[in-house]
Amino acid sequence: MITIPYLTAVSTYFSYGLLFAFGQLRDYSRRIFDWWSTNNLHGYAPICLAHEDFYIRRLYHRIQDCFGRPISSAPDAWVDVVERFSNDNNKTLKRTTKSTRCLNLGSYNYLGFGSYDEYCTPLVIDSLKKFSPSTCSSRVDAGTTSVHAELEECVAKYVGKPAAIVTGMGYATNSAIIPVLIGKGGLIISDSLNHTSIVNGARGSGATIRVFQHNTPAHLERVLKEQIAEGQPRTHRPWKKIMVVVEGIYSMEGEICQLPEIVSICKKYKAYVYLDEAHSIGAIGKTGRGVCELLGVDTADVDIMMGTFTKSFGSCGGYIAGSKDLIQYLKYHCPAHLYATSISTPSAQQIISAIKVILGEDGSNRGAQKLARIRENSNFFRAELQKMGFEVLGDNDSPVMPIMLYNPAKIPAFSRECLRENVAVVVVGFPATPLLLARARICISASHSREDLIKALQVISKAGDLTGIKYFPAAPKKQEEVKDTIKLD
Amino acid sequence: MDTNLVEMCRAGLKWFTMLLDAPSARIVLFGVRIQGHIFVEVLLGFVIVFLLSQKSYKPPQRPLTEQEIDELCDEWVPEPLIPPITQDMRHEPPVLESAAGPHTTVDGKDVVNFASANYLGLIGHQKLLESCTSALEKYGVGSCGPRGFYGTIDVHIDCETRISKFLGTPDTILYSYGLSTMFSTIPCFCKRGDIIVADEGVHWGIQNGLQLSRSTIIYFKHNDMDSLRSTLEKIMTKNKRSKNLRRYIVAEAVYQNSGQIAPLDEIVKLKEKYRFRVILDESNSLGVLGRSGRGLAEHHGVPIEKIDVVTAAMGHALATEGGFCTGNARIIDYQRLSSSGYVFSASLPPYLASAAITAIDVIDQNPELLVKMKQNIALLWKGLKDIKGMSLASDPESPIVFLKLEKSSGSTKDDLLLLEKMADRALKEDSLLVVSSKKSFLDKCRLPVGIKLFVSAGHSDSDLIKASESLKRLASELLL
Repeated sequence: MITIPYLTAVSTYFSYGLLFAFGQLRDYSRRIFDWWSTNNLHGYAPICLAHEDFYIRRLYHRIQDCFGRPISSAPDAWVDVVERFSNDNNKTLKRTTKSTRCLNLGSYNYLGFGSYDEYCTPLVIDSLKKFSPSTCSSRVDAGTTSVHAELEECVAKYVGKPAAIVTGMGYATNSAIIPVLIGKGGLIISDSLNHTSIVNGARGSGATIRVFQHNTPAHLERVLKEQIAEGQPRTHRPWKKIMVVVEGIYSMEGEICQLPEIVSICKKYKAYVYLDEAHSIGAIGKTGRGVCELLGVDTADVDIMMGTFTKSFGSCGGYIAGSKDLIQYLKYHCPAHLYATSISTPSAQQIISAIKVILGEDGSNRGAQKLARIRENSNFFRAELQKMGFEVLGDNDSPVMPIMLYNPAKIPAFSRECLRENVAVVVVGFPATPLLLARARICISASHSREDLIKALQVISKAGDLTGIKYFPAAPKKQEEVKDTIKLD
Repeated sequence: MDTNLVEMCRAGLKWFTMLLDAPSARIVLFGVRIQGHIFVEVLLGFVIVFLLSQKSYKPPQRPLTEQEIDELCDEWVPEPLIPPITQDMRHEPPVLESAAGPHTTVDGKDVVNFASANYLGLIGHQKLLESCTSALEKYGVGSCGPRGFYGTIDVHIDCETRISKFLGTPDTILYSYGLSTMFSTIPCFCKRGDIIVADEGVHWGIQNGLQLSRSTIIYFKHNDMDSLRSTLEKIMTKNKRSKNLRRYIVAEAVYQNSGQIAPLDEIVKLKEKYRFRVILDESNSLGVLGRSGRGLAEHHGVPIEKIDVVTAAMGHALATEGGFCTGNARIIDYQRLSSSGYVFSASLPPYLASAAITAIDVIDQNPELLVKMKQNIALLWKGLKDIKGMSLASDPESPIVFLKLEKSSGSTKDDLLLLEKMADRALKEDSLLVVSSKKSFLDKCRLPVGIKLFVSAGHSDSDLIKASESLKRLASELLL
C-alpha cells in the first residue's frame, strides 16, 4: 500500500493548484487575445472543447520532452536516444540527427529478445522471405499459414492449456474477446487498477461492471455475495454469468496478484476467472510460465488465460488460451479473428523461436540463463533501491519497479537529470496514475549486466538526492530529508 | 317549534362567542381586534403542522440475513461460459504454405488466390523484402513499449512523414493494428451527447468505435444519398441545440461488406450545407482509387482538406500491417494523448513501418500497377456478368468484387452455410480461393451476404478467366 507523507501530499496539492491557476490565467488571456482575431469555424462546433484538452495544453506540454523520446536503435539494454530541441517552449519538438547512447530502463524487454538474437532473427528473416510481411487477409479467409497453426499449438503447450487463439494486437484481444464471452445480463467484476483495454472491452460488452478493491480477495468475496444475492439491477433476476477479471502483474504497481485466494473464491461462488498475463508471461515463474507457475495454481482452474507477446517475447500480438471448445467458439465468433488482418508471419515466427529458446528446445541453455538472470537482477535492484531510501513498490521477483515521486515538478526533474547522465527512465503522471501518485517506473531486463545495474543505481541515487525523493530513511546511514523545492521551469 | 330551536341556537352561539371573546376582548394587535375565532384558527394551524411532520408510512425494511445470502449463493447456477459447439462451428480455414500472393500453395497444390486484399501485388515484392530485412537486422522484431515510453523508433516518425507527404495532409499518426484505428479514433472526438450519422454497412471496427463513444448514432441507408440528406435535414431542424453539438458523418471509401464506393463529392456538398464533419475510412481505397492511388479524394476531385479525419488500415494495398489516421495538426496532436489504442498499446514493429514506407515509394514510382489492376477488375466483371443465381453488387471500379445471392433462403445462417460450401468446393475442385461472407453475432450490419473476390494487379488474365468459369459452374450447380 502506498502511504503518502502528509507534508508531501500538501505540497503536491499546492503544486497542482498553482499549475492549474497559471493555466487558467493563460487560457483567459488567450481568449481575450483571440477576441480580436476572427473565428474561422464558420458554424461548426469546436472539435476539442476548451476544458477537454486543458491538461494537455497547460500541464503536459510543459514537460513534453520527457515523453515520447524517439530512439534510433533496437530497444536493447543500451539504446540510442535521439536528441530533440524546441523553439516554442516545448509545444513542438524537432528531431536532430544526433543521438546519445543511454542505458535503457524503460522498455519492456524482460528476456532480452528485443534486438538481434542469434537464434531467432535468422529464422525470422527466412520466414519473411518465404511468407512476406503480411498476408493481407483475415485468419478465416487466407490469413492462416502453417506458421500460425504452429504458433497456436506452441503457445497452448507453453501456457499449459489445451488450445489457444492468437491475434495481432494485445489491446484488441481484450476489446474483441470480452464482448463475445459475456453480454447483457452478465456481470463483470474487475480489479480497480485494471488496464484500459480490459475496461474498454468490458464497456463494449454491455454487461454490468462492478469493481473490487485492488488485490483484496476479502472484498471480492463480499462483492460476489452481495451481487449474487441481489441479482440484476432493477429486475433482480439472477445473473446469467459472472466473470472476474484480474491481471498477473499490475503494470503501474509491480504487484503480483493473489491468484490462489481469488481462484478458490471464484470456484466457491461459481464465477469464471479471466487472467490477463500481459506482463507476467515469460518473466516470472521457474520456466517463465507466468503467475500460475509462480504461485502454484493449476491452469485448469483458470478459465480464460490471456497474454501478450510484446513484453517478454520481443514481438507483437496477443493470445487467449482455454479449453478446445472455448477456442473453437472464439474462432467462429471473435471479430478480431474474422475481420482483422492476421498477425504478421515473421512476428509469429519470432514468438515460436523465443518460446523454443526459453524452453531450451534450441539446444542451448540460454533460456534458463535468461530467466535466472532476470530474477536475480530484479531482486538485486529492488533491494539496493530500498536500501538507499527510495519508496519502491511491487513484490519480490517482479521485474517492474515504480519509484514514487509524488510532486509534479519532480517528474521532469528526475527524468531530465537521469538523461543528462545517460540513463533513460520512464516517468508517469496523471492520468495514467492517480493525481497525487506520480512515479518513475523501472523495467529490468535479462540483458542488463551487473555493471549496468550498478551504474544505474549510482545515477538514480544522485538524481534522487537532487530531487529529494528518498522518502524513507536509508540503511545503514541515516539521511536527512531534503526540503521540497518547487521548480517551475 | 322552529323558532324556539332557532332562538336557542342563536342564544347558544351568542353565549359561545362571548365566551371566546372574553379573554381577548381588550387586545388590539396591529390595529385589528383579535376575535375568538383566531384561537380556533391557531389550534387548527398546530394540528396541520403536527400532521405534516408525521413521517409517511413505509413498509419495514428487512435486509437479507447472512444465512439467506448463503442459500441464494448456493442455489444460483450460472450459464455455461459458451453455448454448445455445433458442427458448423468446427469449420477449418485453409492453411497456406507459402506467401499469400496471387498464387499460393494449399495442401501442396498451387491455388489461385482471390482472398487476399493484395490489390497492387506488393506481397513478395523484392524492395519490400529488402527494406524489411535490413530493419529486422537493425531493430529486431518488436518495439517493446508504447509510443510514449521509448517505443517511438525513428522509422515510425519517418513513416508518418511519408504518409503525410503522399496524401498531402499536414500530419499523420500511426497505429499498431488496422482494426483498432477506427475504434480508437472515433471515441477520441465523439463523446456522450454528440451526433453521428453513419452508413448502415460499416464494418465491425467502426461499429465498435461508435458504441464506445456513447454518442447518439443514426444510421442511413447504405450508400443512399437521399436517405443521408433527409436524415441530416431531420437532425438539423428537429433539434435547436444541434448547433452547439459536434456532428459527424462516418463513411467508408470502399465498403468492406459490399464493395460499394461512397460518392464523396455529394457527401462533401451535404456536409458543407449542414455543417457536419466527415470521418472517412480509406482502407480499401488507398493505393487503388485515383490516378496516382491517393484515394477517394483524388478519384472524385475533392481537395483532401475538406475531409476532416481520414483513417486507413495498411493491411490492404500497402501489404503491411497496422493503420494510420491523418488530418490537420490539431486533430493528430490531440490523438497522441487521448487515443486509447495509441497510448496504451505497444507501437508498430519497426520492420512493418519500413515496409509501409517502401510500399508507398513503389506506388509513387510505378503508376502502371494501378492501370493493370483496373484492367483486371474490368476483365473479371466481363467474365462474371452472366452468372446465374448471383448478381454483381459492387461498384464497377472497386477492387472488391462482390457477388450477392439473388434469392435468399430466408435465414442468414443457411445462406452462409451455402456460400461456405461453394467456397470449399471452389478450393477443392478448381484450386480457387475465394471469400464467403462471415458474420459474428456482434456484427450489426444487415447487408446481403455473398462471395467476395479481391482483385490484384498480380493476377494474370488466365487466372481471372479461370475464376469466372469456376464460379459460374458452381453457381449453376448449387444455386438452382
